[in-house]
Amino acid sequence: MINYIYQLTSPQFFSVKYVDIDINKKVIVRPRYMSICHADQRYYLGNRDLKVLNEKLPMALIHECCGQVVMDKTGQFQPGQLVVMIPNQPANSLDVLPGDDSADLTEGHNIFYENYRSDSKFLSSGADGFMREFVDIAPDRLIPFEDIPLQTAAITEFVSVACHAVSRLMKVAHNRRENIGVWGDGALSYVIATVLRATMPKSKIYVIGKNQRKLSRFSFVTKTFLTYNIPKDFKVDHAFECVGGEGSPDAINDMIQYANPQATLMLMGVSENRVPINTRLVLEKGISLIGCSRSGRADFESAISLMATQRVRRRLSSIIYEDAPVKNFDDMHRAFAADLNTPFKTVFEWKV
Amino acid sequence: MIFGAILAGGSGTRMHISSMPKQFLPLDNKPIIIHTLEKMLMCSKIDVIYIGVNPAWLGHMSDILEKYELDYDKVIVVPGGKSRNDTIFNIIAEIEKTYGENDEHIIVTHDAVRPFVTLRILDENIENAITYGACDTVISAVDTIVVSQDAEQIDSIPDRAKMYQGQTPQTFKINLLKSLYKELKPSEKNILTDACKICVMKGAPVKLVKGNSSNIKITTISDYNIAKVIVGSDIVEAEEKEH
Repeated sequence: MINYIYQLTSPQFFSVKYVDIDINKKVIVRPRYMSICHADQRYYLGNRDLKVLNEKLPMALIHECCGQVVMDKTGQFQPGQLVVMIPNQPANSLDVLPGDDSADLTEGHNIFYENYRSDSKFLSSGADGFMREFVDIAPDRLIPFEDIPLQTAAITEFVSVACHAVSRLMKVAHNRRENIGVWGDGALSYVIATVLRATMPKSKIYVIGKNQRKLSRFSFVTKTFLTYNIPKDFKVDHAFECVGGEGSPDAINDMIQYANPQATLMLMGVSENRVPINTRLVLEKGISLIGCSRSGRADFESAISLMATQRVRRRLSSIIYEDAPVKNFDDMHRAFAADLNTPFKTVFEWKV
Repeated sequence: MIFGAILAGGSGTRMHISSMPKQFLPLDNKPIIIHTLEKMLMCSKIDVIYIGVNPAWLGHMSDILEKYELDYDKVIVVPGGKSRNDTIFNIIAEIEKTYGENDEHIIVTHDAVRPFVTLRILDENIENAITYGACDTVISAVDTIVVSQDAEQIDSIPDRAKMYQGQTPQTFKINLLKSLYKELKPSEKNILTDACKICVMKGAPVKLVKGNSSNIKITTISDYNIAKVIVGSDIVEAEEKEH
C-alpha cells in the first residue's frame, strides 16, 4: 500500500513522501488524535541548530498520538481497537527493565532503560513521526486503551514521560519525601504534579513558577510560589525541573538553593545552551542531579493505568486545547500556529 | 451496507508497452491494483470489496490476491463488462445477488489504476453519498480549459475558477444510480463516459469531494513513469497552496 508521510522539509514547509508499506508484517494504525510537543514546535519554527535541522529534516513530526488499529496480521490486535503508539523504537523491540538478568547483555538491555539505549530510535527525532496517513508499527510498541477520551489519550506519551521521571525518583531518591518541589508552570510541571499527586499522595507538592495565571491552574497541589516570592525557610526533599530554555539556569540554581541535603533533582527541561550551576552547593549538600527524558513501554502502561482514574483524566483534560481537525497542509500550519498561543497542550484530530 | 468497487475491466490498450493490462503492472514490486485494493481495505467503513476484472484476467487476479495474502472473504472478483458502466452494473448485479436490494446500499467506485487514493478521500466519499446520494472526487483545474467544437479553433474559454478535473472514487446510493440509468434513452447511454454523468443527465445532485493532485490515473507510459518516480525515490511533491 502506498502510504502518505507528511514531512517537514524545512522550517514551516511540509511536503509528502510516498512510501510503499508492507501491510503483512506490522500492525497498521490510523492516527486519530495528535498532540504537539515543544520539540515538534522547535523543528517547525527552525529553532534548532542549523546542523541539526540539516541532519534530521525532512522528517514527519509528532510523537504524541493515539490511533485505531486498521489491520493486524500479527493477530495481536483487533481492527477498530484503540491504541497509543510508543515513539521510542529500540533496535531489539523487547522491552527489558533494568535488573532483569535474563535479558540480552550485549546492548546493555538489562542495565539501561529503553529510552536511553544508544540503539533506540525516536520517532520525530531522527525518524519519521506520526504525521502519516497510516503508521506501520511493531505490536509491542502499542498499548491498547478503553474509556479514555481520544483528546486525552493523545497526550499519553507526555504523561508517560512524567511517569518515567517519578518512577526514577522513587528508585534513586532517599526515603524522606515529605516536600517535593516542581519548578516550572507549564504543561510538563502540571503533568508531573498530577502524577506525583496520584502516586505519592502523602507528599506535599509545591510548584514554583513565573506566571500567576498559569500557577492558578495547579489547584490540586499543596502550594504554589512565584519565583521571586519563595519563603526564606522553604525547603524541598526532592524536586523536578520542568523549565528548560533560557530559564534553566535560574530554575536549577533555585532548586539547589532550596534543596535539603542529599536531595535528588530531576532535570527534565531542554536547553540549547550550556547551563552554569552552583556546583559548590551541589557538593556541599551531596545533591544528585538526574537527567530524565522520554519514556518506554512500562511508563506508557503506568500512564494508561493512571488515566483509568476519572479524576486524573479530568485533571489532564483541563490543560488540553483542542484545535480544529487537520485535513490538509493549511490546517497543519494553523495547528502549529495555534499551539504558539496555547499555554499548555494543543491536540487535534488527524483527518488528512 | 457499503461496497467498494474497483474497476479493472480494461485491457490496457493505451499503454502499448505490455501485453498485460496496466492495473497489473508493477509499482515498487507490487501490481498497481494491489496497492489500490490495500488502500480500500484500510477503509473500515467499506464492508465488501468487489473487483471487476477483464474476463481474460480473472485467474491472474485471483492468483495475485493469494500471492499478496489478500484473498479475504470480503474481497470478491467478478467479470468486468465492455464499458466502465457495464463493469459497475455487473458488480451491482453481483452485490444484489448476495445482499439483495436496499435503499441504503452504497457503492464506492474507484479506478484500479489510481493507487494514490487516500483514506480521507474514501471516507469523505462515503459520508457525502450517505447525505446526498451521489458524489464525485475532483480537483480544481490548474490549466485553463479551452472549448473547441471542431478541434481547429476556440469556441469559448470557460471561467477556470468553475472548472474541475474529475478523479475517482465516484460514490452512489445503488438504487438511485439504477433508477436514473433506467430512465436514460439508448442514445444517452451511448455518450456516457462515467457514472456521475448518469446523475447529471437526469438532474440528480452530485456533491463534489476534494480530491488530491497526487491521486493520478496511471493511463499512459508517462503516467506510469511518474508513479514509479513518486514511489521509488525520495523525490517529493511540494506543498500545494489553494489557488
